[in-house]
Amino acid sequence: MPADSLFRALVPAQKNLQIEFEGASLSVPAGVSLASALLLSGITHTRESAVSGRPGAPYCMMGVCFECLVEVDGQANCQACLLPVRAGMRVRRQRGAREFLAGDHVEAGADE
Amino acid sequence: MNNQIVDLIVIGAGPAGMSAALEATRFGLSVVVLDEQGSPGGQIYRNILQADARSRSVLGDDYTAGAELVAQFLQCGARYLANAAIWQVTPQRQVHYLIDGRAEVLQGHHLLIATGAFERPMPIPGWTLPGVMTAGAGQILLKSAALVPAGPVILAGCGPLLYLLAVQYLHAGIAIEALVDTSGQGDLLRALRKVPGALRGWRDLLKGLQLLIELKRAGVRHVRDARDLRIEGQAHATALSFDSGGRRWTIPASLILLHQGVVPNTQISWSLRLEHDWSEQQLCWIMRRDSQGETSLPGIYIAGDGGAIGGAQVALLEGRLAGLAIAERSGKVDGQSLQPFAAPYRKALRRQRAARPLIDALYRPQQQNRIPADEVIVCRCEDVSAGSIRQHVELGCLGPNQTKAFGRCGMGPCQGRLCGLSVTEIIAEQRKVPAAEVGYYRIRSPLKPITLAQLSTETPLAQEHP
Repeated sequence: MPADSLFRALVPAQKNLQIEFEGASLSVPAGVSLASALLLSGITHTRESAVSGRPGAPYCMMGVCFECLVEVDGQANCQACLLPVRAGMRVRRQRGAREFLAGDHVEAGADE
Repeated sequence: MNNQIVDLIVIGAGPAGMSAALEATRFGLSVVVLDEQGSPGGQIYRNILQADARSRSVLGDDYTAGAELVAQFLQCGARYLANAAIWQVTPQRQVHYLIDGRAEVLQGHHLLIATGAFERPMPIPGWTLPGVMTAGAGQILLKSAALVPAGPVILAGCGPLLYLLAVQYLHAGIAIEALVDTSGQGDLLRALRKVPGALRGWRDLLKGLQLLIELKRAGVRHVRDARDLRIEGQAHATALSFDSGGRRWTIPASLILLHQGVVPNTQISWSLRLEHDWSEQQLCWIMRRDSQGETSLPGIYIAGDGGAIGGAQVALLEGRLAGLAIAERSGKVDGQSLQPFAAPYRKALRRQRAARPLIDALYRPQQQNRIPADEVIVCRCEDVSAGSIRQHVELGCLGPNQTKAFGRCGMGPCQGRLCGLSVTEIIAEQRKVPAAEVGYYRIRSPLKPITLAQLSTETPLAQEHP
């Protein structure tokens, strides 16, 4: 986890839970949005543009800008700022454009 | 009795939506309130019930004041559905939404859109870099997760929220590097001279001045009349540079929070093809509606900032009045008996609205931060620059909807929420016609991402014969 997070907690979290981001385990406060948890964990970008690949990160935190789109448990296009953290959730960056998954319905998220 | 069919569906549990639900349930209407967030309050009172004592003291009295309204709302008998993502609303007042991954649908005899505002996008060079967020986002992180900036932070732009957040950070012990203000002292004098009856807004003016005095006392660096803002950095924001006082400044920071006012969230109203007007005063689309909030589609009402920017107190009163009007329309109470309820709300509304022209004039966003230079990305989803849009116009593109065909502008997941106003204004300037003539995107459902698998879970509405 990078040491230089953009944000820190004003008061220590009462309860933490574990989530997975890009295969790494993160300990995050319970009761916050996934985007908040990722920002607190020093995740600097959460998606890569479908057009240019430029890194995107949570911007509005209220469900408007769609910059914080991630894949959660294989489901693409999840707005991390609207999704409460849940123990064990597996999160990945949303990378580039969607690919057509003809015949590949084993794991909807495996489209890199 | 089918619980898919209700007297009133309210979209949004902010001040307007909650107030409307309070009035409508008081007269016995069945009411469902859908909200995208996890707890009621809207953005203004976000997370108010869960916020701890420390957060409440940092956020201040105006925030804490929302606790009572939220508590009343939760007891009023309206069915409240949190974490509901609305992906389609029809002119027949059917509301389709996702909740817990399931698709559901409701039919309302009346519908109130109370979707509030979001921050006006501020397209400046580098605004797409990680490390750049909105001031509202900073405040939401404070309200919803008690998070504060860990490193050097700059607040830049204009508007009361910028000052408020600076003071809230101050109370939280965060020293901001600078408050980079695109408005200047001259703006106040100009506004006072230009706006008839401006002094009726003295209460709000005083509030703003008190915030500024507190910042000054704390020694916060406040730079005014900032122009030509640019976020520096390659993969991440590292500094903000700008012109002010005859020189170029570069102030390093890892977090830059931008803000230049708020605009109505018109996504649902445009998707319904309701009538909108361009407001020169607010530089955004506002809803055409009668004094009770009813729109150009009978039975569909709008209250609060989703119709035009008025602030939380105006939203609260418009919600109350819409709730009463809908109760009357439902035949639960006659207009005569409503008078004693409605009259004080109307009186308060006149007073609250009086301040708005002054606030709008005082914090009018700079043209260069709305209609940016060619290099600046306007559509963040599809990486379309202002220069590309101007080229589209040269090739014959007349309005926002056509920019989609020319260069995919507005076709990404945010569906124009973050570029729509800029695109309208860029085209208007380039074509030398009023914004009203240029128009807006045609917004279509799905308004929120939904998979076909989720869609297939929707139980169709039982047939209703009116």
